[in-house]
Amino acid sequence: MSALEVRGLVKHYPGVKALDGVDLVVRPNEVLGLAGENGAGKSTLLKALVGLVTPDKGQILVRGESVKLRNVVDAANHGIGMVFQEQSLVPNLTAAENIVLGSEGAGVRRGIYRWDVMRRLAQEQLDKIGSHIDPLARTDSLTFAERQMVEIAKVLRIEQRSQHPPVIILDEPTSVLESKEIETLFAQIRRLREFASVVFVSHRLDEVLDVCDRVTVLRGGQSVGEVATAGAVPRELHRMMIGSTGSDDHYHENAATPVASDQPRLSVRGLSGKSFRDVDLDVAAGEILAIVGVHGSGREDVCRALFGAEPTTAGEIRMDGTKIDLPSTRAACAAGIGYVPAERKTEGMVGSMSVAENMTLAKQKARLTGPFVAPKKQAGLVDSWIERLSIRTPRRDTAIGRLSGGNQQKVVLARWLVGGDVRLLLLDHPTRGLDIGARSEVYRLMRELASSGVATVLLADSLEEAIGMADRILVMADGRVATEVPCPNGDKPSPLDLVKEMV
Amino acid sequence: MSFRDAGPPVALIVIFGLFAVLSPQFRSLTNVQNIVDSAAVLAVVTCGITFVLMMGSIDLSAAGVMGASALTVSLLVANNRNDNDFGFLAIVAAVLLGCVFGGLSGLALVLLKVPSFMATLGVSAVGLGVATLMFAGVQPNISDTMLESWAVERFLGFSYLAWIAAACILLGWLIQRYTRLGRYAYAIGGAEEVLTLSGVKVKPYKVAVFVFAGAFYGLGGVMVTSQLGAGLVQAGNGYDFSAITAAVVGGTLLTGGRGGVLHSAVGVLLVMVLTNGLVQIGVSPYWQGGVEGVIVVAAVAAAVIPQRRRNQVVK
Repeated sequence: MSALEVRGLVKHYPGVKALDGVDLVVRPNEVLGLAGENGAGKSTLLKALVGLVTPDKGQILVRGESVKLRNVVDAANHGIGMVFQEQSLVPNLTAAENIVLGSEGAGVRRGIYRWDVMRRLAQEQLDKIGSHIDPLARTDSLTFAERQMVEIAKVLRIEQRSQHPPVIILDEPTSVLESKEIETLFAQIRRLREFASVVFVSHRLDEVLDVCDRVTVLRGGQSVGEVATAGAVPRELHRMMIGSTGSDDHYHENAATPVASDQPRLSVRGLSGKSFRDVDLDVAAGEILAIVGVHGSGREDVCRALFGAEPTTAGEIRMDGTKIDLPSTRAACAAGIGYVPAERKTEGMVGSMSVAENMTLAKQKARLTGPFVAPKKQAGLVDSWIERLSIRTPRRDTAIGRLSGGNQQKVVLARWLVGGDVRLLLLDHPTRGLDIGARSEVYRLMRELASSGVATVLLADSLEEAIGMADRILVMADGRVATEVPCPNGDKPSPLDLVKEMV
Repeated sequence: MSFRDAGPPVALIVIFGLFAVLSPQFRSLTNVQNIVDSAAVLAVVTCGITFVLMMGSIDLSAAGVMGASALTVSLLVANNRNDNDFGFLAIVAAVLLGCVFGGLSGLALVLLKVPSFMATLGVSAVGLGVATLMFAGVQPNISDTMLESWAVERFLGFSYLAWIAAACILLGWLIQRYTRLGRYAYAIGGAEEVLTLSGVKVKPYKVAVFVFAGAFYGLGGVMVTSQLGAGLVQAGNGYDFSAITAAVVGGTLLTGGRGGVLHSAVGVLLVMVLTNGLVQIGVSPYWQGGVEGVIVVAAVAAAVIPQRRRNQVVK
């Protein structure tokens, strides 16, 4: 019998059919992968499985019995628990309190905490996954990977509520982990399989194939296929996810134009800061320079320093030969530098403000007449960029938070284009969290901008992306530039070549 | 205790030391007793407000609740307005009245979704209104010997009021450390959504915290009545903002999830030492308010230095 089964689940939201008759089977002691583009219905399905979303139609069966899940406690009572994508731990409580939160049991008597019991209960959970975290450590003093272990230990508390083997759902657990931590997590998942079923969700297909026994592919709110992972290749899954064979020219390499000028547009000499030292780099007009490096290589800080958002201790930055003040984001903007931050939701945009306001945030002058906002001028400007970048938004006044990730990112990019004076773009993980279609559009946009002469510094989401997009790659390790690898069309380096330099 | 929690205690010691060096009157035993005695009411009120601040809410109801409680207790103990003489029961009644007002704030917050700032401001006005009705134009002077003795009698050199305050701080600390109410108040300030996702119903705890804080304000009103020997509508005047100031100076942040009762106790002492010390070294009373304000802002700025980041957003 299946541990968990979903039959014909339907969920409507105003204007969208998030789930359109999804079927899903989770067998006992298996790791089931769930793959699908953004908007395929993955997150709605997961929420329905833990009672955060009530489906309009369809059934959820636990061990063959149809159940109604009203909230997370209901789901836990049926043995279903989820490790959420945004970590769901209270940062200022101890690990032990987080693990038993909401089901303290013997840890609290008549409202009074019994710390020794709490500690023991938590230790039992941590022992299950073989973790050596101190249960009385404050959660915000733990590393990200440690906190994830705490979450898994917490989710396993549902074993206390149900006699049956639990179903553990992991929603994008790897998205912020380093490769070493991912290995630990995978070992943990294989361990969980001994006594539980696991549903694993990730947008990295190689990971899904690596750790799962079986993969169910979702598209447009429906299950479109099931693949046994043994012998499967990412490309095949890709195709099922996007519903066509997909373009082979994912990175629009055909649209790449050779770098015309030898004259550097951006020229950095001896730049040093807290996490990087003596960084020299040049980027020519129309060139895309990717910076790669492992976590802690300092590349993120260098990128922010170029925009004046990170303090520097030494060095200089010149744009077309003119030195710019450090550190000052204002000076950077004035020099025609644009920055697309990695944290789109918190740093890239103001979610409650409209598309138009977000687009004109940095280049206010473009929408002003004298000191006043000129509504017609703004409308014309914004509409023209909505059209040029084919941003899908109901209206220019729609709050940006309601658009899809890809369209949000286009607005963030447009912010630097509306002034018409952008000469250098700093793109910090510009495709993070975007689905394949939206990624492809961002790549196309980058190519267009490059051929119009804009210089680009790219911190790519993956090595493949860096290799696919860049004309040249800078490898950073331990805060220094380790080496520079040319990356012309037709003579691209292999990921392995780069990895050797990164570690 | 981590490094970032060490700021306020260190500041307290430094400021105390500074005044002690500058002024022989300041370092006298009598003056130290004075400081502690005059800190008593503020300490009790701050203790209550700390739990609300820990949740990330705010409470401006202290002044109104204290006024209502002051009138209630003074009309229920032996007084010149009526023949009541309920003694200790009158104090219990005043504290319970505080709980009721706290409950009103809490319910307005969780049921009517009124932000705590407005809800408690409203409750404060209601409290003042109730107090004014009870006052009815004639000031009730108390003649209850027990209540009068609180402000006068001493034990081991400190007034009974100071000992009551110390007991409140101890109680508050125990609740914060060892009860679900205290830990959840702390957790609500840390990440409320997470509690919901873990199946915890937070609303009852929120109301309970306001009720609990109300009890402390009620007791504060009783203590002021003991000091004045009479029930006044204005008994709680200024305590609302002084308590918030003391809590924040002590390291309990308005954003919630940080600090605690002991932090706030240190904050209260800091504020009181400052007020007293400025008088003792001869700063003109005309200057005092302004100087205090500057020092408070400086203290908070110093307290947040360890967490300051570039491009940080402060509201």
